[in-house]
Amino acid sequence: MKKFISVFLALIMVFGVVAIGSPATVEAADEKVIKIGVFEPVTGENGGGGFQELLGIRYGHELFPTVEIDGEEYQIELIEVDNKSDRTEAASAVQTLLAQNVSVVIGSYGSGVSIAAGELFNDAQVPAIAPSATNPQVTFDNDFYFRVCFLDPFQGSVMAQFAKEEGATKAAVITQLGDDYSAGLGNFFLRAFEEGGGEIVANEQFQTNQTDFKAILTNIKAVEPDVIFAPSSITTAPLLIKQARELGIEATIMAGDTWENQSIIDNAGAEAEGVCVSTFFDENDTDNPAAKDFVEGFKEFLNAEEEYLTKNGGDGVAAVSALGYDAYCVAVEAIKAANSTDSVAIRDALVDLVYEDGVTGSISFDENGDANKDMAYIKIVEDGTFKFLKTVTVGGDEAEADD
Amino acid sequence: MTFTTFIQHCLTGISLGGAYALIAIGYTMVYGILLLINFAHADIFMMAGYFMIFAMSSLPWFISIPVVIIVTIALGLAVEGAAYRPLRMAPRMSIMISAIGMSYLLQNLAIYLFSALPRAYPTIEPLKQNFKIGEVSASLVTFLTPVLTIVLVVLLMQLIKRTKIGMAMRAVSRDYDTSKLMGIKINRVIRFTFIIGSALAAIGSILYFTDRMSVTPFSGLMPGLKCFVAAVLGGIGSIPGAVIGGFFIGISETFLIAFGYSTFSDAFTFLLLIVILVIRPTGLLGETITEKV
Repeated sequence: MKKFISVFLALIMVFGVVAIGSPATVEAADEKVIKIGVFEPVTGENGGGGFQELLGIRYGHELFPTVEIDGEEYQIELIEVDNKSDRTEAASAVQTLLAQNVSVVIGSYGSGVSIAAGELFNDAQVPAIAPSATNPQVTFDNDFYFRVCFLDPFQGSVMAQFAKEEGATKAAVITQLGDDYSAGLGNFFLRAFEEGGGEIVANEQFQTNQTDFKAILTNIKAVEPDVIFAPSSITTAPLLIKQARELGIEATIMAGDTWENQSIIDNAGAEAEGVCVSTFFDENDTDNPAAKDFVEGFKEFLNAEEEYLTKNGGDGVAAVSALGYDAYCVAVEAIKAANSTDSVAIRDALVDLVYEDGVTGSISFDENGDANKDMAYIKIVEDGTFKFLKTVTVGGDEAEADD
Repeated sequence: MTFTTFIQHCLTGISLGGAYALIAIGYTMVYGILLLINFAHADIFMMAGYFMIFAMSSLPWFISIPVVIIVTIALGLAVEGAAYRPLRMAPRMSIMISAIGMSYLLQNLAIYLFSALPRAYPTIEPLKQNFKIGEVSASLVTFLTPVLTIVLVVLLMQLIKRTKIGMAMRAVSRDYDTSKLMGIKINRVIRFTFIIGSALAAIGSILYFTDRMSVTPFSGLMPGLKCFVAAVLGGIGSIPGAVIGGFFIGISETFLIAFGYSTFSDAFTFLLLIVILVIRPTGLLGETITEKV
């Protein structure tokens, strides 16, 4: 019986592979096609943000559906797979992409799945471009992983710089035990703030799923910091903000890119006013003509499709959508520069690529494959929404990953 | 640590302890009567949190609170009727396993119905008013929790000491079979115990969540385990013991975090359980019962 089942399952798998494989070969015969893989979560814990990023990529594809290679017009085909925000699923999603012979891959939202997939892309020698994964480990020691956003060390420096510009001399840091993003970013801030001559008066940790922050906040209140830097998850944020205000703490509360989410304001209400976050992009930034065009076009694109609007939560332009769009454009530019569908040639083209028209600023890559960015946007909560406050520029050398 | 900080920590700890005490009473009372550790109690507490979210979405707070208490009592009685009553004559281990099953059922039901994402707990305005005494600042609920806990416990003790049903409860907890022979309606006593336990869990949940503002299907897990430890620490079966245990755990947890040992705050509670079971299995106020042959 067992044998029968295993034979049966094996047969199903064989037919599955044949079924996936056959239409692709038919298409290739009809017209010249180059495939770009899209490796994003649209379900699981990061499904919401992943979908916003995917929207940016789809919008890019709508604007630039073809690319010219060697004088011939190639259709760009997007192959979308869902990595389900899960490291194990990520591996099989990558295998699906590789089996389809994609030339280049865009993704993913969430550093964890990107790190899990990195080795596979490296082994298959297919270049991948991450739009918004900020952890240094994603591109580190991997010649085929690139990214178009800034990194956590950079983000930490930006917030430290911003705190200093606001006149803060004493800072408190709150991080989540065992969370790479939170602990890493907190640490980078701490280092940058001390290097800038500031004093760290408290460095507190809390456990995953903790909902009571009163004890650590009481300690923080006693040392009277000017700012509190608390990079953490979206669910932790409103609890922390509310309990801090309840205890009578008036220091400015700051965090990283994850906090740029409307649900925090919805849950924390009036207490969220004055909270500052750093982010990749601002839709009201009028200095950059590419950004202006993108915002207008993308809003039209969203409004045309009911499903996009509901899943995006209105027609606001998320930073990850902009990054998704930029990642797609960079991929297309690299194909043009390589003048080939060969993935290794595209990878070599990415190394030297300079893309000036980026929505999130000009993009070129350093030796790690990280975008050279020197600027971040600071947003502040005012009247129940995130308002653009200022841009902060930090010297590029501080953005280097050192672990 | 300055004096103000110390007072602020004390306040947080006592308030947390008060909420723990109310939940611990539910454990200890059911154990006293049925010799059963009601693992589903923590999930009834969690469900009460969800009931409040739904009640407050359409009703004002002063109606929501009694509604939540009544619905929670109904849930407690339903759990008793479905999972424990049919097993009244079964060995104790069977009821215990049934209790564990009930606990998982409620948790997964909550995931299925309300999703695992945290939900914001509604703000009960009068409880959330901020008070400032000198440099110490806290909301009304923080001051109210320990006071309310003490008042409720005193009332409960009076009820057990002075009323007929209280006497019946004491009789059942002393000797189940004999009290049955003497004409005490066992099922009525047990139902009454669950009513009190669930009502206290509902009040505890309102106080606990008003201070912490978010409910997930796993919100009951940690407080539930800690309150169980509190009940064991005080001597399971003893109501004043549960209260002392609750306050002790709440305060020591807060001070552990205050001194920078947040990594160990949960571990401490469970270490305490082991130490108590090894050194004094009957707990602080528990009486040693000699097994009669």
